[in-house]
Parts: sequence; C-alpha cells; structure tokens
Amino acid sequence: MEFETVIGLEIHAQMKTRSKIFCGCSTEFGAPPNTQVCPVCLGMPGVLPVLNRQVVENGIKFALATSSSINRENRFARKNYFYPDLPKGYQISQFELPIAEHGAVDIEVDGAVKTVGITRAHMEEDAGKLVHDDREPVSYVDLNRTGTPLLEIVSEPDLRSPEEAVAYLKKIHAIVRYLDISDGNMQEGSFRCDANISLRPVGAEELGIRTELKNMNSFRNVQLALEFEVRRQRDILLDGGEVVQETLLWDPDRGCTESMRGKEEAHDYRYFPDPDLVPVVIDDAWIERVRGELPELPDARRKRFVADYELPEYDAGILTSSRELADYFEAACMLYPNPKKLSNWIGTEMLRDYGPETIAACPVTPHNLARLLNMIEEGTISGKIAKTVFGEMLATGADPDAIVKEKDLAQVSDEGELLNAVREIIAANPEQVRQFREGKTKVMGFFVGQLMKQTKGQANPQLANKLFQQELG
Amino acid sequence: MMDMNYFSLTLCEAKKLLQQGEITSVQLTESIFSRIDAVEDKVKSFITLDREGSLVRAEEADRTRRQGRAGELGGLPIGVKDVLCTSNMRTTCGSRILEKFVPPYDATVIDKLNRAGAVIVGKTAMDEFAMGSTNENCAFGVPENPWCPGYVTGGSSGGSAACVSADESLAAIGSDTGGSIRQPASLCGIVGMKPTYGRVSRYGLVAFASSLDQVGPMTKDVSDCALMMNVISGYDKRDSTSINLPVPDYTAALTDDLQGMTVGVPVEYFSEGLDPEVEQVVRSGIDMLKDAGAEIREISLPHTDYCVAVYYLIAPAEASSNLARYDGVRYGYRDMEAETLLDMYQKSRSTGFGDEVKKRILIGTYALSAGYYDAYYKKASQVRTLIREDFTRAFAQCDVIVSPVTPTPAWKIGEKGDDPLALYLSDILTISANLAGIPGMSVPAGFSSEGLPIGIQLQGAHFNEEALLRTAWNIEQRAGIKGRRPELG
Repeated sequence: MEFETVIGLEIHAQMKTRSKIFCGCSTEFGAPPNTQVCPVCLGMPGVLPVLNRQVVENGIKFALATSSSINRENRFARKNYFYPDLPKGYQISQFELPIAEHGAVDIEVDGAVKTVGITRAHMEEDAGKLVHDDREPVSYVDLNRTGTPLLEIVSEPDLRSPEEAVAYLKKIHAIVRYLDISDGNMQEGSFRCDANISLRPVGAEELGIRTELKNMNSFRNVQLALEFEVRRQRDILLDGGEVVQETLLWDPDRGCTESMRGKEEAHDYRYFPDPDLVPVVIDDAWIERVRGELPELPDARRKRFVADYELPEYDAGILTSSRELADYFEAACMLYPNPKKLSNWIGTEMLRDYGPETIAACPVTPHNLARLLNMIEEGTISGKIAKTVFGEMLATGADPDAIVKEKDLAQVSDEGELLNAVREIIAANPEQVRQFREGKTKVMGFFVGQLMKQTKGQANPQLANKLFQQELG
Repeated sequence: MMDMNYFSLTLCEAKKLLQQGEITSVQLTESIFSRIDAVEDKVKSFITLDREGSLVRAEEADRTRRQGRAGELGGLPIGVKDVLCTSNMRTTCGSRILEKFVPPYDATVIDKLNRAGAVIVGKTAMDEFAMGSTNENCAFGVPENPWCPGYVTGGSSGGSAACVSADESLAAIGSDTGGSIRQPASLCGIVGMKPTYGRVSRYGLVAFASSLDQVGPMTKDVSDCALMMNVISGYDKRDSTSINLPVPDYTAALTDDLQGMTVGVPVEYFSEGLDPEVEQVVRSGIDMLKDAGAEIREISLPHTDYCVAVYYLIAPAEASSNLARYDGVRYGYRDMEAETLLDMYQKSRSTGFGDEVKKRILIGTYALSAGYYDAYYKKASQVRTLIREDFTRAFAQCDVIVSPVTPTPAWKIGEKGDDPLALYLSDILTISANLAGIPGMSVPAGFSSEGLPIGIQLQGAHFNEEALLRTAWNIEQRAGIKGRRPELG
C-alpha cells in the first residue's frame, strides 16, 4: 500500500524586542540565571502585565508578509497549566482572535512551487527554563526567559514530505529574519518547531492518527526526525497496527524518536480572556504605517535578482535565502558588475565557511571581495592566485591589494620578463616542440604549465599563450 | 487638646490639628497604638502590626511638616487590608500559603499613601484571598464587630472595617470584589467606597477576581472618604485596566444640597428577605434625600436576580487562574513530604488553602473546563453585559441609585457557617456594582433595635464618585448619628 505523508508545523519564533512582552526586563540571551527578572515576569502576587507595543507591531509585520488577515481587535487569553517554569500558573497567549489568520507562503521543492497555508499566528509569552542537576535529584528554575515574546505560527496540514516541511520552515525562517522580528537562532532556541505528522493511504480523504514531534533544533534534525517518523508510522501501518496519538521527542544522538508518555498529562488549558489586559485595537493607520516600513521580502527579492542581475533561479534563491547574504551580494555587485561571476564566487568560496545567516561575520567585506574580483578582470592576478589571496582575506580581513603587494603575488605581464623563460622552456623540451609543430596544439597546455611552474603561477596566462605561439610559430 | 484620646479623631480633624501644630504625628500614632493595646484582643483587626516602623514614619512626618512639606495624609495613621503588597511588611491575604511572604515591591496605592505621608500602622484581617462575607475565613483569627462582641464584622475587608470602627486607625484601605468594602462598612457603622473599576490602580493588589477587584477607602465619615479618594485615585501605567482620566478634588463635592439631583430607587432591591429594620432605615434615608432637594424616582434593574449566579461563576473562574501561582514552588509554603512534582502541588495547595478558597477554585476550574465553558463562563459573561446595560439605562433616568447594602445587620459568628448559599445570597445587593464596574458606597444611616449599625448603599454611573459623596454627605448631615461610637471599654 502507498501512503501519503501529512505534516503540519507549529513554529515558535522568539521575537527580537529589547524588553519582554509584559514588563521592562531585558530579553538578552545568556545572562546568569534569574538576573533578568522583576516582580511582573516573576508572576509575584498583585502584579499586572502591560503589553509591549513592539510585539504587536512585529505581529502585524508577519501578518502582512504572509498575506494573513489581521484581527483588528486582539485579545489575550490565559492558558492555564501547572509547571515550575511557569510562575503564574498560566501563560498569557492568544486564543480567540489571534493577530494573524488565513495566511500563506510559497515554497519550492524540486522545482515545483507550492502554496502552504498558515492557519494562524499569535503573540504569547515564553516560559522559563528548568535546569536539572546531573548528580542530585534537584531541579533549578531560571526565569530569565519568562516573558520573552513569542510568535507562534501554525501551518495548515499542507506539507506532504519532510522536504516540504523543511522548505516551509526555511521560508518562515527567512521571512522572520528579513522582517527583523526574530533572530531565528535554532541552537539558542529562539526559533523552535514542533511537527504534527500522520500517514494515510494515497487517495484517502480522512487524516490518519497523528503524532507530535518535539525537540528538533536544526533544519537537519527536522528532516531526519520526520523521515524517521514516516518510516516508523509506515512500518506500523503495513504491519496492520495503529499509530498511537502521542508526543514524541527526537533524540538526535540516537537518531530516533522516543515517547514522552508519562511526562505529559492530557491538558485542558481552560483558556479564558485575560482580565488584566484590555483588547488591542489595530487600526488602518497603524497597519499602513507598518506596511510602509516593510523590507523587500525573500520572494520579491529573488524575482528581482533574476530580472535585474540576470541570475539563474538557483543562484537567486541561494543569494536571497537571507537578508544579510542578499545585502552582501548587492553591495559587492555595485563595485563589481558581473553578477554571475560574483554569485559563483560567493557560492563556491564564501558559503563553504559561512552560512547565509552568518555572512555578516565574514571578515571579507563586500568592498574587498569586489576589489579581488576586479583584480582578476584587470589581469593583476590570476583566478588561481585569487583563491590564495581570498584565503588570506578570510584569515586576516586584509584588503586584497595589500596581500598581493606584501606577498608579491601580482601577475607577470611584462613581455620581456617572460620571454626569456619562454625561450628556455622551448629549448629544454625539443620533443614537445616537435609534437606542437606537427599539429598537436594541445601541447600548448604543457608549455603554459611549465611557465606557471617557473613563475609560481604569476604569469599572465593570455600573455604566456601569445608568447609561446609567437616563439613556436 | 487636653486629653490623649486622639485616636477618636476623624482623619480630617486630626489633619487640621496637625496643620495647626496642636498635636504631632508621634502623639497621634502613640495614641493609636495605646488604643490598639487596649482593644485589639477584643476586636482582632490586624494580622500584622508595625509599631516601630510607624513611629519612625510619624517622626519623619513631623519633620517634613516642620519643613513645610507635609503631604495630603502627612502623619496620619491608617490601616491597610492585608491584600495590598507592602515591601516592609508581610502580605498574607489571610492565607497560610502566604504566611511568610514579604513582597519585593509596594502596591501603587501603598506608594501613593507613602508619598502622601500616611503612617501605615499595620495590615488588617481579611477573609482568605478576599473570599467571604464574614471574615471567618481568615487563617490568622476572626475579627469581631466592635459594636457587639461575638458578631461578625462582615467581609472580606472585616479587619479594615473593625479597626476604623474601633478607633484603632483613623482610616483604612479595603478592597471590594463583590461588596467587600461596602458590606463590612455597613455592618461596622463606617463609610466605605468601592470606586469605579479603573479609578484606582490594582497594581500590587493581590488578585482575587481581576475584572471585579477594586481598592477603596474605609473611613469614619464622608469627608475622610473624599480625602482618601483624592490620594489613591488616578491612572497607573502599570495597570492596563486603569483609566486615564483627571482626578477631581472629591472634597469639593461635599455640598449641603441635592437640588437638581435625581435619586433612583430600584424595586428589585426591596424584595422579600429584606430585614424590616434595614428597610426602615433605608426608607428614612430616602426621605432625607428628598428633604435635601433630590427628586426620588422608582427605577428597575431587571437582571438583578441573575447577579449572584453570574458573580459566582466569573469570580471563581478568574480566581482559579489567579491563585494557580500558589503552587508550593515559591512564597515559602511547601509540603516537604511530597514525593513527586504533582504530589507537591496537590499537598501544598490542599493544606495551604482554606476550605472556602478551595471550594471556589473548584467551582472556577469547573466553569472554565472544556465542555462547560460555553454554558458557564461564557454565558455568565453575556449576562454580565445585560446587567451592565441595566445600569446604563438606569443612569439615563437618575444620578444615584439608593438601596440597602445588606439584607440584614450583622449576625453572630458561626451562625451562617453551614449555609453557604444563604451567605452568597446576602451579597446580592452589592455584587452588581462590581459586575457593572460602577462606583458604590456605604454610608451609616441608623441602627437596629439591637444597636447594630445599618448603612445605606449608593451607586452611581462610571466615574461619578462625586455624586455618591455628595449624596452620602447629605445623609450623614441629616441622620443624626455622626460621632456615635461603639463602647469598647
């Protein structure tokens, strides 16, 4: 029997705001435990939340970027449950009337474009963290993260393979980073995702029994965990069994999922409107102002890269996968107007060591990269030498002119200087000279190679060719 | 003044003597504490007293006064219900679960009182988490009505009512979720006001039912109430539900005339179950208002019958969530025998909370549960809108609504302990103001044949506290009972 995979993702993106969602505490990551707290985020008796306006604005940005409809009256609700990392005993979230509903994004897998529905996106506060002692049966509570604003983004069950799920996740990741509303750091947990996954016989309408996957903290782990779960569920179904509806934790070390049963009770969250917060009214003026401040988004930018720079779709897709990389490309392109060559260089040389998101940390500035490529065009250095220079630029951040000068790597383009060497090589290799003269023009490669060897690669290859032709002719 | 009975002064009287240099705050505060020493074991108004701190504050107030910088309440000793967070005194809410809790911050109202120079002498007894109408649900002793030993003070601000009535403080702060200021004020013969929802900041008021809770003054007379309102009212950016409107000078509202004012008398508030003596006091109060020039008009609040049912769904629902934070993890109370996390939660909450609190948490949890939410919480919220609309219509016809505060005067402690429904029903006349968010007030107007105080309730449109104060002032001027104090030996 053939099965169809059905996946829906719930993404939690920590919002990039200076202060928390309901108090003035800093949201910075990595501070010593319980140093970024106040009575409000500690949930002390008597405290009241005050909504951070920037959080709403970020929500509006996301809604606009995903063609979602924006609820003009937003309410916050309490989600009630007990856990030691939740000091109030409830999480302030949105239930009815979330900020965004009925959105969509396009993804592309194997050249096919597909629209994925976004059911809703809502604003909520993050919980704290429990730190379990390795030796003693003691757990410590760190509430620095408590009250950090989150955007929870729930997709429709539109995804049909782990590849589609990852493509969707990457698209949302790119969007929140383009919008600058989340730093998207999966390792630090500021961009997390849970997956609901089920299988059904091909052609069936009804959804199969689903499981929920958690603890997948990289794109790769999302892919691996979903692949594993597809196989696991298929094996169960092929054996005539029934999938148990449960929450599963992905174990990246063992490469398998494990049941969370026993660790989690069936919850009735008893949502009700939070009486401490008044409804947030979002008017046209606010939406239009935010719309006016929206940056160019990944899809639009990719299309523009194809149109304006005449880049292949593939190149444009990679270059626009992050705002930083696209910015980098465009900055370099202003100084080195050969987009395809620039794209090739970035693709093969830069993205080996830097990801699309970390490009800003690369010591090679767009200006210096453009200068390096211009030095090739000008014949100052060969493409081969350029790679050596680039290695040095990556290591030291120095500009290419200085490196070429310091290491004496400039191409030899002086005829007189090269001519002696050319004559010596011809004199020392009579056999090859005979072959050449008999019409084996391929031997030219040998001659140029010899010259490069002698000059440590610094001979201008065009000039070398010309001199050999002239001396052998 | 020759005698040392400064404790019997009203807030305004004492303020005047301080201003005139006749007395000092230290003298006044010492007098209050000598009174507390004399009567506290009969009245049991306080959970925590701060004698030393009060004297330090009194000296400070005298010093600032000499420097010409006295605040509105400079040097005046007051009591505060133990539901408002104070960073220098534990805040128990009358509960074991917060027995040792000293908040790391001051409530906005405490901040305002401190800045006005008030001397907070202690934290007063209350029903646990403000749940109750008798103060019998207090984990640290039950206060007694100063007018009659062995009788309830009312609740949940019973300690605040008792301490003012017994002259253990010049005034007090209470909180009112369904009548918790007005009802004990009436039963103890003092003035109490529940301001409009949003008039006074709730920041630092330990939440019982967030959409109903409001902080307000409990005082010896109407002038004192107006003075206290001047100090505690106002928008607070830390409370999103507080309203940004200017605060009038409430003392200016106390004019001896009700010409042009219409007073509404709701038929539904004079139904069966109303004690005849209470009715008589209220009817004669209405006559006084007529004498003062007010037009009296019968009105209807047709959804009154639903108030108790709506209240006892919404308030417990919000409470079940508000009280979730008392889980044994923080605030010092934890069952140390528990083996697992769940066990720790259950045991800590089972032993830390009293029965009434647990009962309401259970009711509220049920009302919010999947499958019941629509029938209970949601339906109650819808009916609440109807109740609010009743008042909107009523205030199109009148400025103030006059009624009894409670169906009966105070009763014996323990008398209604086994009849919770009767107790819940006794809140019927005060609950609607909280559901509608309007201001309500209780002003003393007479006594029962047993000598127990009876108050009159006044309700007004949103932010029309001035009309209430003016009406209450006119009752006070005419009732002829001002200055009558309980005999406590």
